[in-house]
Amino acid sequence: MSKLSIITNGIIKSNPTFILVLGMCPTLGTTTSAINGLGMGLATTFVLILSNVFISLFAKMIPDKVRIPSYIVIIASFVTVLQLLMQAYVPDLYASLGLFIPLIVVNCIILGRAEAFANKNTPGDSALDGIGIGLGFTIALTVIGLVRELLGSLSLFGFKLAEGDGILAFVLAPGAFLVLGYLMVIFRKLTSKKA
Amino acid sequence: MSVCLTLVCLFCAALLGGVYVLTLDKINQEAVKKTNNAIALVTPEFDNEPSSESQTVSLDGEDITVYPAKKGGETVGYAVESFTSKGFSGTINIMVGFDMDGNIVGTSVISHAETPGLGAKMTEPAFYSQFEGKNPASFRLSVTKDGGDVDAITASTITSRAFCDAVDRAYRAFQKIVNDNSK
Repeated sequence: MSKLSIITNGIIKSNPTFILVLGMCPTLGTTTSAINGLGMGLATTFVLILSNVFISLFAKMIPDKVRIPSYIVIIASFVTVLQLLMQAYVPDLYASLGLFIPLIVVNCIILGRAEAFANKNTPGDSALDGIGIGLGFTIALTVIGLVRELLGSLSLFGFKLAEGDGILAFVLAPGAFLVLGYLMVIFRKLTSKKA
Repeated sequence: MSVCLTLVCLFCAALLGGVYVLTLDKINQEAVKKTNNAIALVTPEFDNEPSSESQTVSLDGEDITVYPAKKGGETVGYAVESFTSKGFSGTINIMVGFDMDGNIVGTSVISHAETPGLGAKMTEPAFYSQFEGKNPASFRLSVTKDGGDVDAITASTITSRAFCDAVDRAYRAFQKIVNDNSK
């Protein structure tokens, strides 16, 4: 597999949100606005790249039986690192994402990539895979956030486009499911033609 | 096998310890800055550093932090970090500022988890500005539906009641601290 195709694979062919349908909890929970979706996507990408690199570095040294606990410890450490960094440098974003940052630990995309990719490939390829999957996740979350913010509060990235309230349901949980469902249909329709 | 797991844990612990030490100062600074900003929003103009002179008042078995705002060494008002658990979802933390006559100077919501578009409207001036300049001694802190003077947010009576509860708690803490400090 070429280097570029590792990245595009994560964005299109195995897009974590629209194709693999993994990590639905943060997808539905944090996409109330485009900024929140983007922030959550980038936070997950950060953890994904680092955990992929370190797991592929250590994969040969870690015995099979303690594989999963080791991965979880590594992932949890990077999530805590991220949490501390965000608290220090982007406190506002940290406050609005709240509980969902520590929950990256149990995001199945990250453990999934560790198992499916990082422990069989070189650190370099694993980093690329982390970037690809991370970008796929970030793009998906930002687009969902964008649509929900536009319909729900009539604004884009925090800029108010029109006065009024919009369709409240889109900011709340039901809107998350609706938007995700429709975007998934559109995404699959578009990508299946190419293939 | 266990040696390996121990090594992985050791490595991760060292990493965490390092980052924790590096970010500790910055995180504390941000927290202090946030508190100071909230205080500045709700009190008369001051020239001291209220967050370093905080006092604690015990009210209904809960500890409430009060920050004195001073100008030229004289207390000009208090900011009370109040809360309520009567909100629609979770605790609402509100900073309420008073001048020395007991008039509400301003309110600022520090954290909440109310429904976006409904209860969350309490963070908009349309709702909270009605408290500014009012004195709870004559201004009844409950929604009009309950016989008070506060116009509730449409479709968010629970949040509006909770907001009143937090402001009322702040006022009682304010009265207590003024009482304590004048003794």
